Amino acid sequence: MDLTAIAFHLLAAILLGAALLVVTVRNPVHSVLFLILSFFTGAGLFVLLGAEFLAMLLVVVYVGAVAVLFLFVVMMLDVDFVSLRFGFARYLPIGLVVSGLLLIEMILISGAVAARGAVSVVKNSLVSGVSNTEQIGRVLYTDYIYFFQSAGLVLLVAMIGAIVLTLRHKPGVKRQNIADQTARDRKSGLRVVKVNIGEGVSE
Amino acid sequence: MDFWTTPVGWTLLTLGQILLVTVVLLLSVAFQIYGDRKIFAGVQMRKGPNVVGPFGLLQSFADLGKFLVKELIIPAGADRAVFLLAPLISVVLALGSWAVMPFAPGWVVANINVGVLYLFAFSSMGVYGIIMGGWASNSKYAFLGSLRSAAQMVSYEVSIGLIVITAILLSGSMSLQQIVVSQGGGFWNWNMFGGGLKNLPLMVVMIPMTVIFFISGLAETNRPPFDLPEAESELVAGYAVEYGSTPYLLFYLSEMSNILLMSMLLAVLFLGGWQAPFPTPFTASWPPTLVSLFAFFWLFIKTVAVFFANAMVRSVVPRYRYDQLMRLGWKIFLPTSLVAVAAVAGWRVFTSV
Repeated sequence: MDLTAIAFHLLAAILLGAALLVVTVRNPVHSVLFLILSFFTGAGLFVLLGAEFLAMLLVVVYVGAVAVLFLFVVMMLDVDFVSLRFGFARYLPIGLVVSGLLLIEMILISGAVAARGAVSVVKNSLVSGVSNTEQIGRVLYTDYIYFFQSAGLVLLVAMIGAIVLTLRHKPGVKRQNIADQTARDRKSGLRVVKVNIGEGVSE
Repeated sequence: MDFWTTPVGWTLLTLGQILLVTVVLLLSVAFQIYGDRKIFAGVQMRKGPNVVGPFGLLQSFADLGKFLVKELIIPAGADRAVFLLAPLISVVLALGSWAVMPFAPGWVVANINVGVLYLFAFSSMGVYGIIMGGWASNSKYAFLGSLRSAAQMVSYEVSIGLIVITAILLSGSMSLQQIVVSQGGGFWNWNMFGGGLKNLPLMVVMIPMTVIFFISGLAETNRPPFDLPEAESELVAGYAVEYGSTPYLLFYLSEMSNILLMSMLLAVLFLGGWQAPFPTPFTASWPPTLVSLFAFFWLFIKTVAVFFANAMVRSVVPRYRYDQLMRLGWKIFLPTSLVAVAAVAGWRVFTSV
């Protein structure tokens, strides 16, 4: 067994263990932390496959941004653990059915891909002597340019949608206007008042 | 010689390199803290640390000893495991980032071809140390501090990412070593000035980008004027309020090491890294070790210069308010750097044909 195999088995064991703990651990914050560990280990497996660009993107996007938001939400939500536990036994059968279906689908898909030899097709289309970042770029911006751009558009629409749903202009809220502040001069900002003794400033 | 190419020899060699980088880094952090305090004191016309050792040079080591012998206190309602894990994660990520940093020609622990992305990934994971520490402390001050810090770091990472892309576009590589090599031959080839005489008009874009990178680096490392996570006037000490002794030392160490990393990254990406600011044909006949030391000298000078600017900003500029910080990041830096990426990419496409 060489070093790569040892590393693979170690990372795979950590990944499976962390993934199992995500669903079994009691505290939701801990389960998000285990989710992050499994993302990170997944990135390690990508590195072993020689896909370091994908690995780094997985860490930057999922670990660095998406999971932080998960953690935010879970930390601030007041989750009632008892009621969550209560439904566990009731929804167990349907959960098992769904996960069983997913497992069968994944086996069928990977079986079909393996039978057609998709891995070797991809390997043959790669240019040798070029880093895999450049290879991804070449494929993404030539053969799949329309899919790539439409994926970007879908994300843009989702972003605008989220803003439209949550943006409310409340009347009567005081906001800072930086341009007004910096444009203020002595004349508009200063008012000299003559105050008579014993009267104070009325206003 | 053969021994070093066998798996055992390679492992020993790499471990030795890691140890060397870590030791030098920890020593640098000790003197960085000293320098930081001296600059801060100088601006305020105080003396700063001047008791321990000559000119107070050993102050950081005395502080280290004090931290180590203090009692470790864990708050009653704290989540013990996460509470102790958080500073460890911080320090592992902060030290791990140095693996891809090119110190001189050939002086790099791991010369991987996605070095920039590796650094970016590690700095984006740095949020976890802070957010876990704040949550596990079971204190409202710490939790608010960690939420602020996480939001701030995630926001400024976006603009840092876009600015780094401009440097990648100019150098045509994501390997840090390659980025430095592409800026050789004189200061006019630095990415700050567009990376080469034929790209000189890009100076208009790249100098502001360098400045924005510097400011975003301040925000990313929670450094004043953006140190709202630990704003002591409102949140006592933010995420670190419940920490003392060695765990606090680890947080402090990782923060300081990240500041040093950001200073060096600015030097590497925009100021030519270990390249001298003038052509160096006279080094051709020098022995390789001397050439490397000469190169390291320039990187050292540049890093210290950037760090000096960093420390001056810390002592001179008043603290931002939180909404102003967010406005600066999302409404000013992000659009500016996005336009800059488009401009640099367009320039590269239309001039390289």
